Amino acid sequence: MIAHSIFFYIFSIIAVISAIMVTVSKNTVHSVFFLILDFISISCLFIMIGAEFLGMIMLIVYVGAVAVLFLFVVMMLNVAQQKNQWFVSEENSDHIPIGLIISTIIFFELIIVIGGWKYKPDLFSSSNLSRSKEVSNTHSLGQILYTDYIHVFQISGMILLIAMIGAIVLTFRQREGVKKQSYIKQISRERSEGVELLEVESNKGVKIDD
Amino acid sequence: MTEIGLGHYLTLGAVIFTIGIVGIFLNRKNIIVILMSIELILLSVNINLVSFSIYLNDLSGQVFTLFILTVAAAEAAIGLAIIVVYYRNSGTIRVEEIDKLKG
Repeated sequence: MIAHSIFFYIFSIIAVISAIMVTVSKNTVHSVFFLILDFISISCLFIMIGAEFLGMIMLIVYVGAVAVLFLFVVMMLNVAQQKNQWFVSEENSDHIPIGLIISTIIFFELIIVIGGWKYKPDLFSSSNLSRSKEVSNTHSLGQILYTDYIHVFQISGMILLIAMIGAIVLTFRQREGVKKQSYIKQISRERSEGVELLEVESNKGVKIDD
Repeated sequence: MTEIGLGHYLTLGAVIFTIGIVGIFLNRKNIIVILMSIELILLSVNINLVSFSIYLNDLSGQVFTLFILTVAAAEAAIGLAIIVVYYRNSGTIRVEEIDKLKG
């Protein structure tokens, strides 16, 4: 239990500090790196409290796909050199103190809700999807994911497909002045438009391409 | 202090959620950082769901975390595609200079 609390504090302090650094970092590339650190520490927390499948999926999806996508876009758009302008603005905008006030209000509301929260006494017995101790987390998650939640699972696959199509359609563009091979033109070419037989008179030659 | 319960994980989720909110409100740099703050907020929601699922001994929280992960990946892909298209058209993604809808 002592080791659990020590590791919880280590990982959560790393997660909170890297989350702060994501928002205040001067360079956008550094923010992406701190986002990766944040995801890794949170997935270590997930593995620690017994949700090892979600921790691994989080590593694969977030660190392997989403963060690399962010890095790719940041490096492609060349915005890494723009200096951060925290609390500095050209015109006097009044949204910074209001934003700070609203964020502190949200934080204290969440803390109040967490502090004054109790279990309903019959909550433990009413759960019908309980974890059994013999089967591992991944095994039991797969057992209910493909049976009870199969329609939601298929809908999430459709969401991924639509997101992929949407991203491709948004960023696709036809460039001007790029020579491309046209297969349909090549295949549908006939002999009559490519080759011509001519009677060549002696000592005169043939004039082509006039 | 030494016993880590559900409240510790919920507090961690609340702290990361608030950091994400602050990052959205106070960011003056570019939109990519705002997208990263949205990812932080989704991460804190995932922390809440997973810790409730573990401490209440109920697996449906982890299933919903899986679906939130899917939706977050799709949202990041679409948002970054929109940012790329906007940068290609207007040449900037600074938050202050995106005011075309002002008229």
